Amino acid sequence: MSDTGTRTATPPAENIVLSARGVRKRFADTEVLKGIDLEVRAGEVLCVIGPSGSGKSTLLRCFNHLEHIDAGRIRVDGELIGYEQHGPSGRTLRELRPRDIRRQRERIGMVFQRFHLFPHRTAVRNVMEGPVAVKGRTRAEAERQARELLDRVGLADRADHYPAQLSGGQQQRVAIARALAMEPTLMLFDEPTSALDPELVGEVLGVMRDLARSGMTMIVVTHEMGFAREVADRVLFIDQGAVVETGRPDELFTDPRHDRTRAFLSTVL
Amino acid sequence: MNTDMNPHGTAAGHAQAGAPDQDDDLALRVTRRPRPGHWLAVLAAALFTAWLAYTVIVNPHLHWDVVVDHLFDGVILEGLWVTVQLTLISMAAGVAIGVLIAVMQLSGSPVLRLTAGAYTWFFRGTPLLVQLIFWFNLALLFPVIGIGVPFDGPKFVEWQTNLVITGFVAALLGLSINEGAYMAEIVRAGIQSVDPGQREAGASIGMSNRRILTRIILPQAMRVIIPPFGNQFISMLKTTSLVSVIAGADLMTVSQHLYLANFEVIALLMVASIWYLVLTTLASVAQHFIERHYTPGAAPLRRRVLGDLVPGRTGRAQGADRTPAKEGAS
Repeated sequence: MSDTGTRTATPPAENIVLSARGVRKRFADTEVLKGIDLEVRAGEVLCVIGPSGSGKSTLLRCFNHLEHIDAGRIRVDGELIGYEQHGPSGRTLRELRPRDIRRQRERIGMVFQRFHLFPHRTAVRNVMEGPVAVKGRTRAEAERQARELLDRVGLADRADHYPAQLSGGQQQRVAIARALAMEPTLMLFDEPTSALDPELVGEVLGVMRDLARSGMTMIVVTHEMGFAREVADRVLFIDQGAVVETGRPDELFTDPRHDRTRAFLSTVL
Repeated sequence: MNTDMNPHGTAAGHAQAGAPDQDDDLALRVTRRPRPGHWLAVLAAALFTAWLAYTVIVNPHLHWDVVVDHLFDGVILEGLWVTVQLTLISMAAGVAIGVLIAVMQLSGSPVLRLTAGAYTWFFRGTPLLVQLIFWFNLALLFPVIGIGVPFDGPKFVEWQTNLVITGFVAALLGLSINEGAYMAEIVRAGIQSVDPGQREAGASIGMSNRRILTRIILPQAMRVIIPPFGNQFISMLKTTSLVSVIAGADLMTVSQHLYLANFEVIALLMVASIWYLVLTTLASVAQHFIERHYTPGAAPLRRRVLGDLVPGRTGRAQGADRTPAKEGAS
């Protein structure tokens, strides 16, 4: 489990998609991440739960370098995210060139709490944007793929609607399709159902469940304990910027080892 | 809902949206309250306008024949063309400068922000008239201009400033640079009106900052930028008349030249005004269509917001109840 040998060592490490080691992050005077260690294997669904302000969303945003980190390392498919080793004996981390950061982000899909669809583009054009503007696909090819993806999230008939003409749940499903269009190896979900009306939560979770079944590696920051219990392979409880405990959902939800986990679960379940 | 409302309304109270066969309330007709003051004001305004038009139109000192003669005069049309050119070029340059300055102002670098701030501060803070005269007289400060190594290094090419800076060029410089300072503020407001999440969404699919700006941010900023841009454009059409002080050869300049020769001051000012009105009217129409173009999702959005305010049939029925109740109470 040394810093360098992520691919060998213990048996489950052989197909690790994401690994975080000692990730620290501070905003001004407050340290929001106090040394996070974490591994996610290929095809695994990890749900991250915790009280608001615990740092779970910040952690997720570090995984595709939307946030800088102050210490530690994040690797996706063995590649250091956002930084390169630099200087004598490679002991310092220097931020990558923008071009390299963009290349890394292509492989890491992200779904936001408030969807952030491009309001001036129809659903299908939202999904096409990445493949056309970043991957240089032809419009025809990108459109064919985009319509397939919209069909997959159950929105084939809404492809030519603008975001303002769609419900929150539909917008979030388009956002998932937009992320999938980049053919990512890892999908990050930042409280994907928190901004939705209660009756629309189910349709988004349904799409995510299908995605999990198809073998996608997913990290989901969520308050949906039912979803975590049903779909997650592993649940991670974070409080005050540190991992309190992690375990299989049936263990963690029914028999938490820590009092803090127990206290948190009693407020949300 | 309707039955709840009934006890509160007066007998004449409610038009029934929900219950058609309630009682003879249905037979009531809703009328507007008469407003005599309103009609008085309309009459006064109409009379005043008619009188004003009359005094101008039948005024023997205003030579309409001269106006008509000069409206399509070749000299006037040439001046008109110069005005159009000045407006189009300096607005285009102004937008380019404005976007650049706005992006600098929003950048993370304090030096860039300071430079951009100084630009807006200076060119918005000094009169355009002063700037125009300054550019026209640039030769007094730099008799020769050229391309070469800065800080008194060797020069590769050099020109006499007076030959380069014609009235037209000085006018373009002054108008563009001044307009850039105003456009910078407009573009900055537009960019800042876009949700920062849009930038992150673009970044998360691997888009570059430049692509995010041109494909995601600016198209959305347009909705905020276009109305003040239209104002600036219309303002610019008329501001170009200032260049008459530096022999700009625009519509105003040529009108002045003509009336200094034939003393038909008012008639030629009329000619110029008519053409300025034609230009600004055309610009207003164009603005209307451009605004519509840049709000593709706007109509459905507006409908959706209204839909939220008026959630369902019950809400609308309430509204229908309330309005006539107010009328009936009078």
